[in-house]
Amino acid sequence: MEGYLNLFIKSIFIENMIFAYFLGMCSYLAVSKTVKTAVGLGFAVIFVLSITVPINFLLDTYLLRPGALQWLDASYAEIDLSFLSFIMFIAVIASMVQLVEMIVEKFAPALYGALGIFLPLIAVNCAILGGSLFMQQKDFSGVTESAVYGFGSGIGWLLAILAIAAIREKIIYSNVPAPLRGLGITFIITGLMALGFMSFMGIKL
Amino acid sequence: MAEKKGSIPEKTTLLFINKESEPLFSKKNRGLLTDPMDDNNPITVQVLGICSALAITVQLKPAIVMSLSVMAVMGASNVIISILRNLIPNRIRIIVQLVVVAAMVILVDQILRAYAYDVSKELSIFIGLIITNCIVMGRLEAFALGNGVWKSFLDGIGNAAGYAFILIVVAFFRELLGSGKLFGFQVIPDFIYDMGYVNNGLMLLSPMALITVGIFIWIQRSRNRKLIEKN
Repeated sequence: MEGYLNLFIKSIFIENMIFAYFLGMCSYLAVSKTVKTAVGLGFAVIFVLSITVPINFLLDTYLLRPGALQWLDASYAEIDLSFLSFIMFIAVIASMVQLVEMIVEKFAPALYGALGIFLPLIAVNCAILGGSLFMQQKDFSGVTESAVYGFGSGIGWLLAILAIAAIREKIIYSNVPAPLRGLGITFIITGLMALGFMSFMGIKL
Repeated sequence: MAEKKGSIPEKTTLLFINKESEPLFSKKNRGLLTDPMDDNNPITVQVLGICSALAITVQLKPAIVMSLSVMAVMGASNVIISILRNLIPNRIRIIVQLVVVAAMVILVDQILRAYAYDVSKELSIFIGLIITNCIVMGRLEAFALGNGVWKSFLDGIGNAAGYAFILIVVAFFRELLGSGKLFGFQVIPDFIYDMGYVNNGLMLLSPMALITVGIFIWIQRSRNRKLIEKN
């Protein structure tokens, strides 16, 4: 149990998708103009990440890894399908995103309208594919662990986009040098926030 | 019968992209190559493909390898999607695009593993993340789906070059100021260190990548004032 909690905290703060790896920056910059849409996208990312990472974990352990097909027949032990992992992961992600899109359209049409084009683009959000690829690198021991990791990373992403959206709503009122307005100042603020998040790196879990 | 007749010239134009009056490197086509370098830069103006731009710019060498990989993937996938553009049903186009891009990325990944294993290890998951690099998808959506093969190819190469430009500039400054090296060779002479110069370790950490790009945008927009945003 303690192990899961540690992994959870670690994936939120220490290995934050945005501040430590810059994953999902495109939608992070594009959708963070108002807090409302930012929260919507954040929850969509949490949902998709916590579904796709465990599914991809199962795919990886039982299908793709070198020797993963052993459960079918002992003669398959030599087969290494890991070169297919990119295409498998992205297929799972694209179909899951389609599912989320349908659910959101049905139950929260207002949110669907607000998110607009960015919902289908979650499929190409680097944070989602990045979560699966990091999961492959980290060699988790079980499916629960990978689910905790996916969920935690999603929360970390939500935290980051929420913070920047709140700052951007307020920064309109300040006198930023003209060439820095918009994108430039957002980059610099994110850099400063990332510096702040680096203080978590000292924590040993 | 009439339909068949209509479809034949279309198929031929698929292969002969330009109208014959237009030379291969007309002014418009050159614009496709050069615009993304400054006025329409994929990173600083279109805001696409930032993730990888920041994470792998600690040193020049991986940045260059990454740029070349992106260029190869973009050129190839733009051409393929542009050839297929009249055949892809609109509803499933994103999945088709993803599959094409993923196949290209797998090719690049396998080639890198075979011939440049060290760099491939260093880039770790970021080669895989070219699939979700918004530049690739964004240009497929915005350009290759509606334009001919040769133009799409130029657009792909041009945008990848714009991306490479930012990557290389950021990596240059981060490696130079962070570790005093370029391509892994020391360029800042020893006597400067003897005078008390110290490498700025902060440049090697991730936050400084963001701030470097921020400063780059600042410089670019004060030169090119029409890019300035409203608020």
